[in-house]
Amino acid sequence: MTALLEARSLEKTFGAVVAAHDINVSMNAGDIIGVIGANGAGKTTFINMVTGYLVPSAGTIHFDGHDITGLAPRQIVQRGLGRSFQIPQLFGSLTARDNLLVALGIAAPGGMSWRAPLRSRAMVDAADALLARFNLERYGDTEAKGLPQGVRKVLDVAMATARNPRLILLDEPTSAVSAEEKFDVMETLMRALAASRVTVLFVEHDMDIVAKHAARVIAFYDGTIIADAPPEVALATDDVKRYVIGEKVV
Amino acid sequence: MARDRTLPAIGVILALGLVAAAFVPTWTVSFATLALAKGIVIIGLVLLMRAALVPFGQALFYGAGAYATALAVRVGGVSDAILLVLVSLVACGVLAWLLGFIMSRYREIFFAMLSLSFSMILYGVLVKNADLGGTDGFTVATPTFLGTKVDIPTARRLLLGLAIVLTAGAAALVHIYLRSPLGALCEAIRDNEIRVEYLGTSVRRAIHVKFTIAGALAGVGGAIAAMSVGHVSPEMTYWTTSGELVFTAILSGTGSVLAPIIGSFVFESVQTLAFQYAPRFWQMLIGIVLLGIILFLPGGIWSLVKRRAGAKP
Repeated sequence: MTALLEARSLEKTFGAVVAAHDINVSMNAGDIIGVIGANGAGKTTFINMVTGYLVPSAGTIHFDGHDITGLAPRQIVQRGLGRSFQIPQLFGSLTARDNLLVALGIAAPGGMSWRAPLRSRAMVDAADALLARFNLERYGDTEAKGLPQGVRKVLDVAMATARNPRLILLDEPTSAVSAEEKFDVMETLMRALAASRVTVLFVEHDMDIVAKHAARVIAFYDGTIIADAPPEVALATDDVKRYVIGEKVV
Repeated sequence: MARDRTLPAIGVILALGLVAAAFVPTWTVSFATLALAKGIVIIGLVLLMRAALVPFGQALFYGAGAYATALAVRVGGVSDAILLVLVSLVACGVLAWLLGFIMSRYREIFFAMLSLSFSMILYGVLVKNADLGGTDGFTVATPTFLGTKVDIPTARRLLLGLAIVLTAGAAALVHIYLRSPLGALCEAIRDNEIRVEYLGTSVRRAIHVKFTIAGALAGVGGAIAAMSVGHVSPEMTYWTTSGELVFTAILSGTGSVLAPIIGSFVFESVQTLAFQYAPRFWQMLIGIVLLGIILFLPGGIWSLVKRRAGAKP
């Protein structure tokens, strides 16, 4: 079976700083992978390289058998790879529904129309269905800039699913969300994404969330991968305990 | 969903405008034609300003449209008003499309100043070119209408009618565009370009399209102005003209394509009255009006209309 995502020997340097070194990741359709690591370990650099925000200094990235190394973000998104952001990237002055309408309008089959109304009944229904899938119905008419942080995170992911991606990369979907809210946020996201059968890779700092939702864990440290295994194995390795979780290992 | 009444309103304006064009006093005909000419330019500006792109050099296309019409009359022997408008539309559309490859790479003050610099380059070319009349410019013969030559007063009224039809057409098309997915990208681009790219489309291409449309519409406005005034001069491309266009756009507000039509009439009225009653201080009065708008009506005149309609500005 061809891997859905195949990153080989990825490197990223910023001058003398090595942000990623010899990163090899292979993902199959249906995988749910949790990515862990301390700040600056290379997690977001990896996502940024895969989604075209950064061009790798070396190495290749294949998505569904096609080389996507160095492509522009929109070209990668058009191939079926979506992402969310650590800081939600929303259209602040638009309502949550309008954020989704814009996303759906861009994703419309056959390209964007210059004359068909964006707010047609079919489009509004599709936006409302997305709001419902992500449990955002009551925020539909609220401007995005006024939404609580947890809701902004969920809306950010919902927008990324408007194009029905086959793989979605979530960059810290529960960061800056209160401890009370973060489990609910992750539950909502994973339930909604499971409904669309999308392959998921998420970056997360909370090990309980990782253990609960990930079927496989990739641990980063200092720009390299130090573990790639099921959670019960990866979270038990000495390197992960020492460099990621912060436990003392005797 | 609130019902959108913009297209019916444009239809009513078109019908009433055409009736009025036949009966309004003679002294108002040129005034209204010029106001509509600038209104068309502002309708194009709305497209860009909604995406937070303020071109301080839109007079480039206004002036180029005027000169395209003037040259088509003088060199090409074209006399029909509709054909002349088409010449300016195509010429300025192509010019804007070419410049759009550069302009779409820049934002904020860089976009504004680059646009200004292009308009000043054209100004410099026109001023130094004796064949184009230098600083004086040159006259434009009264156009014919559908191949028929008419007397000047009738030609002016027919030109007003044409300006009304073109303004209504531009407003309707731009409104349809703005409510489409491609048009809705204006606000999306203003708010977050990164997200637009990560939804799978090119911000630069979207801006390029908007810039081209705005340039083509400014060309149409220039064509009408050239035929209405009967004269073109480099002043039409000068930065003060661009400033006047931006001023009128701010005065109008960008909330609707109807706003530029109202705003351009208000601006022309304010300018005319200020010039009549305070010929030495009229620019100061215009400045005070702009200050008042920015302080008390940041959404422009259109926010008053929205407020009156009970909706959110």
